[in-house]
Amino acid sequence: MNTTSAGVIFVLSLIVALAVAYRYLGDYLYRVVSGSKHSAVERGLYRAIGVNPAAEQTWGTYARSVLAFSAVSLLFLYAFLRLQDFLFANPNFETGINERVFDHLAWNTAVSFVTNTNWQAYSGESTMTHLVQAAGLSVQNFVSAAVGIAVAVALVRGFARSRNGQLGNFWVDLTRITLRVLLPISAVAAILLIAGGAVQNFTDGTVVSTLTGGEQHLTGGLVASQEAIKELGTNGGGFYNVNSAHPFENPSAWTNWLQIFLIFCIPVALPRVFGRMVKDNRQGYAIIAVMGILAIASIALTNVFELHGAGTVPMAIGAAMEGKDIRFGVSDSATFAAATTLTSTGAVNSFHDSYTALGGMMPMFNMMLGEVAPGGVGAGLYGMLVIAVITVFVAGLMVGRTPEYLGKKIGAREIKFASLYFLITPALVLIGTAAALASGNWRTQANVGPHGFSEVLYAFTSASNNNGSAFGGITVNTPWWDTALGLCMLLGRFLPIIMVLGLAGSLAAQKPTPASAGTLPTHQPLFVAMVAGVVVILVALTFLPALALGPLAEGL
Amino acid sequence: MTTLATTSPKKIGAGLLDPRMLWKSLPDALRKLNPASLWRNPVMFIVWVGAVFSTVLAITDPSAFAWIIVVWLWLTVVFANLAEAVAEGRGKAQAATLRQAKKDTIARKLPRWPATDEVAIEAVALKQGDVVVCEAGDTIPGDGDVIEGIASVDESAITGESAPVIRESGGDRSAVTGGTKVLSDRIVIKITQRPGESFIDRMIALVEGANRQKTPNEIALNILLASLTIIFLLTVVTLQPMAIYAKAWQGAAPDTIALGQDGLSGIVLVSLLVALIPTTIGALLSAIGIAGMDRLVQRNVLAMSGRAVEAAGDVNTLLLDKTGTITLGNRQAAEFLPVAGTDAQELANAAQLSSLADETPEGRSIVVLAKQQYNLRERETAGLLFVPFTAQTRMSGVDLPGRQVRKGAATAVMKWVRDNGGHPTDEVGHVVDAISSSGGTPLVVAEVVSGQQARALGVIHLKDVVKQGMRERFDEMRRMGIRTVMITGDNPLTAKAIADEAGVDDFLAEATPEDKLALIRKEQEGGRLVAMTGDGTNDAPALAQADVGVAMNTGTSAAKEAGNMVDLDSDPTKLIEIVEIGKQLLITRGALTTFSIANDIAKYFAIIPAMFAGVYPALEGMNIMRLTSPTTAIISAIIFNALVIIALIPLALRGVRYTPSSASKLLTRNLWIYGLGGIIAPFIGIKLIDMIVSLIPGIS
Repeated sequence: MNTTSAGVIFVLSLIVALAVAYRYLGDYLYRVVSGSKHSAVERGLYRAIGVNPAAEQTWGTYARSVLAFSAVSLLFLYAFLRLQDFLFANPNFETGINERVFDHLAWNTAVSFVTNTNWQAYSGESTMTHLVQAAGLSVQNFVSAAVGIAVAVALVRGFARSRNGQLGNFWVDLTRITLRVLLPISAVAAILLIAGGAVQNFTDGTVVSTLTGGEQHLTGGLVASQEAIKELGTNGGGFYNVNSAHPFENPSAWTNWLQIFLIFCIPVALPRVFGRMVKDNRQGYAIIAVMGILAIASIALTNVFELHGAGTVPMAIGAAMEGKDIRFGVSDSATFAAATTLTSTGAVNSFHDSYTALGGMMPMFNMMLGEVAPGGVGAGLYGMLVIAVITVFVAGLMVGRTPEYLGKKIGAREIKFASLYFLITPALVLIGTAAALASGNWRTQANVGPHGFSEVLYAFTSASNNNGSAFGGITVNTPWWDTALGLCMLLGRFLPIIMVLGLAGSLAAQKPTPASAGTLPTHQPLFVAMVAGVVVILVALTFLPALALGPLAEGL
Repeated sequence: MTTLATTSPKKIGAGLLDPRMLWKSLPDALRKLNPASLWRNPVMFIVWVGAVFSTVLAITDPSAFAWIIVVWLWLTVVFANLAEAVAEGRGKAQAATLRQAKKDTIARKLPRWPATDEVAIEAVALKQGDVVVCEAGDTIPGDGDVIEGIASVDESAITGESAPVIRESGGDRSAVTGGTKVLSDRIVIKITQRPGESFIDRMIALVEGANRQKTPNEIALNILLASLTIIFLLTVVTLQPMAIYAKAWQGAAPDTIALGQDGLSGIVLVSLLVALIPTTIGALLSAIGIAGMDRLVQRNVLAMSGRAVEAAGDVNTLLLDKTGTITLGNRQAAEFLPVAGTDAQELANAAQLSSLADETPEGRSIVVLAKQQYNLRERETAGLLFVPFTAQTRMSGVDLPGRQVRKGAATAVMKWVRDNGGHPTDEVGHVVDAISSSGGTPLVVAEVVSGQQARALGVIHLKDVVKQGMRERFDEMRRMGIRTVMITGDNPLTAKAIADEAGVDDFLAEATPEDKLALIRKEQEGGRLVAMTGDGTNDAPALAQADVGVAMNTGTSAAKEAGNMVDLDSDPTKLIEIVEIGKQLLITRGALTTFSIANDIAKYFAIIPAMFAGVYPALEGMNIMRLTSPTTAIISAIIFNALVIIALIPLALRGVRYTPSSASKLLTRNLWIYGLGGIIAPFIGIKLIDMIVSLIPGIS
């Protein structure tokens, strides 16, 4: 079996597994967010935080709840990181380790995990204590993912409900998604990963003699459990610095498959929830079709660019193996790279900086798409629905009616929220990159020229889109980089969320218009193709000059 | 005034743009270069700022390249203004005609009406509630209702229709409009307008677009366009440090016209920005809106707001009055059904005889049908004594020597037969019931010959005649997703029969104004938009409630006040055209937006290699159009960008072609033409312009 056919089988089996997830996980998620019963544990939690689970929230209240929860999370995690030396469960390190988590790194890391970005300007195994990894970072892995899903569900409720402007209850959504979805699936996944060879212990490390006679400090920790939610919640913050390339995190080809499946399963299942909630499964199929087309095209292109890698080194050694692990090979690495950037995961199992110029452009392009194919948990669905709203607006005009999506009119207010949503991330990416170049802060990087430019562009694209993967090549743990990227992550997460909830609120307040032959059908192939086209064209138009100066200058 | 619905509706379109129009509108276009007026259009305002900035740069650092770009940037703004000026120009001509009607007139006020002593006052001084008198030759001094008398009025000043119309007190034809002229008789009018707010004043303001408000949809589109402009502004502004970084790294690369040590030249940055922002749709957006209103004016429909025109495109339910809209005004004889062994010829003969003096349309149609089917000529009426219809007898007829013929409502005629000693058969009852249940009106014909018993001859079947082509129109509506509901005062049985024949989706029988209002409310409750026409005062609440209420110009002023459109031709079928114009307006906007954005792809392929192939030769690979040089490439892109505006002005004014069909079909068609066309056209256009520009010495 050659590498190409192995790669094809890898991808095809994933697609089949994800089709199953779409249907069954989707239906399960639908029941979780639509049900009216509360478990005893949940009721206890609501009582503890003083929330009436039956109270509905308007978009303003929902948004304030999201922001308040995230602000508290941010402060808590920041304090945790600064104080980790004084807390227990600190077996890995010699004393004085706290100097490593400077104020700017603590800010950057706290923002990074609260925003579901998991950009890591540090090495996990040598910087964070077990307690911080498990009780700080992993907790955020759960709840930041739940926040994303909750916001997506709130937007879908905007489409599904009418006249009252109510979007559900954030605290209920957050609790249910965490307890009923993320925790159980993570538990199962962690056990599978342990079975596959990922480590899960409290060891303070083992010193081994290497073949060359040197000594190596092998660190352990609660790796498998953190790994499970890292992928399931499309977080991407690894226990180890090299992330999923580390054999303790991702031991083999089949755990690699499992990790990619975990990355995709919730984002892929959410369009089903959309279809169920708006009482028209075809709408869900249309959205997943757009996501699928973009994802498959992207995975295929990344594979093509890498397998037929142009460039001096790949030509010399016969394959683009630089920066890739032989456990995975070219194809599975390329697929992982596409998967991690098509979603907002940002975990890596190979070094994107070492990819061929065009192969390295693909992860960047995936993020620039706004991570909508299928995107981060929740964020992918709401991003795609916003694009669909913009598409409906232009397409709706072309059929001669005030545009409407699922019976909801897309007027000035809706377009305002959708346009602002769409504007925020490109603005952060472009302004950030320009600022890094104009201020001379690019000088902390190893490469110059088009490749060096790509590294800067990638960093801001990753942070602003809450991806968290890095091209590498830049020393980012400096006050400027930590602050700038932290701002991009924060604004790139919460400004769009406010726009989404605003959009949801104004949709939920409308009464629906019944569909007729004059209504633009939003479940047909034509619409699917048009949404996909709008995503690609809008992104291409925004980023083409920047891409021309980076990967295109290098790779054409 | 009733216009027959034709099978081929007037095609929406106003022919090609007259080049002289462009020339005549040029002064207006130049006047609009004032930034204070451009400010309302964010896209063109940015182009204006770019043009000013480039002019300064071209003065401080002159070059042929710089000046060519500057000239074409200014032309881009002028072309956009020209589009708007041309669209407004049409309305202005119309307004000038209307102003002639608004001459200073002297009103003959009756201060103590019903006393008839007159006071002459200036028409402009009239207040609401004043009573005036007009006689033949007088110009009506203001809008109002006739409260006494009847007169023929020449309304050509407003409607353009030269045939005089009748205006009389009471009923639904009582409204008169200031500026129209009384041709005969004398009427007393109660003024209903406030000073300075006459119908003509409002018409002038409307066609001139004096205080044109942006419609909701236009606002939404403007927000989208502004957002795109901001994104491209960011793309261009942030490109500068990126370019400086690239240039610094490739220090050995020679400076080009676009990229030097200090980065990209200002002229090139402005060019890229103007090429990317959606100038095509930005330039044409207001012209499309004005032209849409204008297309309605050309069809003699006055929309009181652009919002109403847009709503017309969204209509889900059309309420159409049966009489005059779906059917011809009156019932007509369709067949003769003889009974009890009578010969059909004999029945026809008797029916015709009884109707010879009957001047009602029904009566005329009986004479005509007998002539057509049985070749019975009209004959001498000498010696015949006609018995006219009265509400008491409910029948009419004719008395001949020794013979009497009667026709009329079944119960009345049967009673007459029995009174004259006859014994009507059951057969008559069956035939009458059959006709009634099919929606027709039965008229029974009977005769008595002296010395014999009276006998029923048979039944005339009168029925509503559905206008030609209505079924096709309603099928079209259905394809567009519009439900048609027929409103009639008939009983449900009759209504159903006509509804089936005409092909409407639903009907409301025995409708009262309250029923109509309730139906509209019910439809709106379900999220549907409703359009209707009306003319009577009792239609006013429904007209006001409907999303699109078209009042007939012949109607009462209450109706005209309540509706948001007035049809000067008073043709109820025009509602269908209004819907099409509303749709066409939105489609034109959507199509040109798509076209505008799709254009950007080709412009990138022209401008990016022109800017950066100097530092990164690999990027010359993006120059797939094989443009001559960086300078010609940038110039060509900017020239194309400006010319495409001029090229699309006729389309913006005329609207894109619209044929009623389903949303999927419309989208497919428009996507191919304006989406794919928008991608391909600039590749060809820019290449052609480049071939010409490269001939200019000193440029390439």
